[in-house]
Amino acid sequence: MIRVALVMHPIDVSALIAEVADVSTGATAVFVGTVRDVNDDKAVSGIDYSAYTVMAEREMLRIAQEAARQFAPLRVVVEHRVGALELGDVSVTIATAHAHRAPAIDGMRFVIEEIKRRVPIWKQERYLDGTREWVGV
Amino acid sequence: MTVTVLLFASFADAFGRSSVEVTVEQGATVADIVDQLSALAPSDRLPPRPLVAVNAEYAEYDVRLNSGDEVALIPPVAGG
Repeated sequence: MIRVALVMHPIDVSALIAEVADVSTGATAVFVGTVRDVNDDKAVSGIDYSAYTVMAEREMLRIAQEAARQFAPLRVVVEHRVGALELGDVSVTIATAHAHRAPAIDGMRFVIEEIKRRVPIWKQERYLDGTREWVGV
Repeated sequence: MTVTVLLFASFADAFGRSSVEVTVEQGATVADIVDQLSALAPSDRLPPRPLVAVNAEYAEYDVRLNSGDEVALIPPVAGG
């Protein structure tokens, strides 16, 4: 079971945990990424996320499929939000479920690391002093 | 042939728009497109070898383009 999505709306973490769980799984691992108030010593007020939507969803699906294969049988649900996010907002949630904890945790870790490495999503941080910067450029 | 190149994030800022039309010879490669765009971009706003996608898949620089292909320049990604 795999589902990935880019969403414009707030991510419902509890719903994703409920979705990924199954009577066959004894372990659910969850990663929740949120907007933090400081980056590189600058006071952050929010982050604007944007994406190459078609490619980002395709790449996220491929990553989830790779995780499902590598840590089989792994259930994977991923939502990444785009748009204007405020401090504390959830930007990404990855929920994985497996019969045992090690593959659930390792699979979750694999998915978030690969998303950061290769999914075409960008963030522009907004700072309290009114300036903005693209992250990673 | 004319190829539309999608620009995102910092690259869209660099060019001041979200896409650009490039005219290249039939059989042109990804490298040819990047060369043209590098000449158009304001200095040091485009890295020497940006990642490129063709039809929403990462592509090597020697890939040949066909008319109607969707090409995109991919700035350093920052998801998560």
